[in-house]
Amino acid sequence: MWSELLIGFFIIGGASFALIGSIGLARLPDFFSRLHGPTKATTLGVGGTLVASSVYFSLHGDGLSLHELLIMFFLFITAPVSAHLLAKAALHLRGLSGGDDSGIGR
Amino acid sequence: MLIAAIYIAYGMLGLALLLNLWRAVRGPTLPDRALALDTMYINTVALLMIFGIHLDDNLYFEAGLLIAMMGFVGTTAICKYLLRGDIIE
Amino acid sequence: MRRLLPHPLLSAMLLVIWLLLANDVGIGHILLGSVLGVFIPLFSNRFWPERPRLARPGTILLLSGRLLRDIVAANFTVASAILHPQRNLTPGFVHYPLELRNEFAITVFASLISLTPGTVSADLNADRTVLLIHALNVTDRDALIAKIKQSYERPLQEIFPC
Repeated sequence: MWSELLIGFFIIGGASFALIGSIGLARLPDFFSRLHGPTKATTLGVGGTLVASSVYFSLHGDGLSLHELLIMFFLFITAPVSAHLLAKAALHLRGLSGGDDSGIGR
Repeated sequence: MLIAAIYIAYGMLGLALLLNLWRAVRGPTLPDRALALDTMYINTVALLMIFGIHLDDNLYFEAGLLIAMMGFVGTTAICKYLLRGDIIE
Repeated sequence: MRRLLPHPLLSAMLLVIWLLLANDVGIGHILLGSVLGVFIPLFSNRFWPERPRLARPGTILLLSGRLLRDIVAANFTVASAILHPQRNLTPGFVHYPLELRNEFAITVFASLISLTPGTVSADLNADRTVLLIHALNVTDRDALIAKIKQSYERPLQEIFPC
């Protein structure tokens, strides 16, 4: 019973963070603000569902199930890298289109 | 109990994916679309994990891992293209 | 020993990753993981010319704990910012003067910034002295810079002495 509560909590928590991140992506006004929603909210969102999956399969499968940690580590390492690259690309394109240039050391 | 939580989460993640799709179609700039696709694959990984719990099947872990890796490579390639106009130099 | 295991940390990490991937801690998997841990660093040795030096394991633990706490806090901050857009946000760029010199340390630092409250690292200038950070809500640039310096750059300077 308590395990179902715990798993359900992580599932709902993770899904709400993923949804909030996507709402941020849809409604924030400019690109750089939009960048914040997905990079943060989604990492914790996926993190929540991964923890739920780990707990579920540890209790229902055979033995401890920790391989979900692998996806979590991978996402925590790659999310900042892709955010950085996207920001760099956006700055680059904005510089090309002759808008105001806040990039540095181009 | 758990099944109710799973269905609610399906609804939320489905809505999240629709919002991402809307942003990917609407743009307005190319990095926006790339960011929307990036978010879409992360949400897909979450959806697959819940699907795995629903079906009580550990197989969806591999699918999630592959989507996470391919998605990162894809985003990197798109960014590289936007930055340099070329992927393999 | 040096020649057989040029990167002991990398080897240990490969073993752990293999065990996680197999999701099983049998003797066969430990053996196979060890073989991979020995041979992958040997074959990819020329891609890792310098080995990063890590000091102060205690500081690493402290930093990881703080990072975890900040990630959760960051999620709630960003979530409330997204759900209440009428609250006036002033997004903006901040030029952050870097004190770190080690390439790997700068990479870790930029990643940490992207993972924590309302900040994303956006660009690094050519001689690696200024990091461009985009913040979701900038009220006081100097306070933000001081806070980042205090909580992340100082510990990283201790972890990566150069």
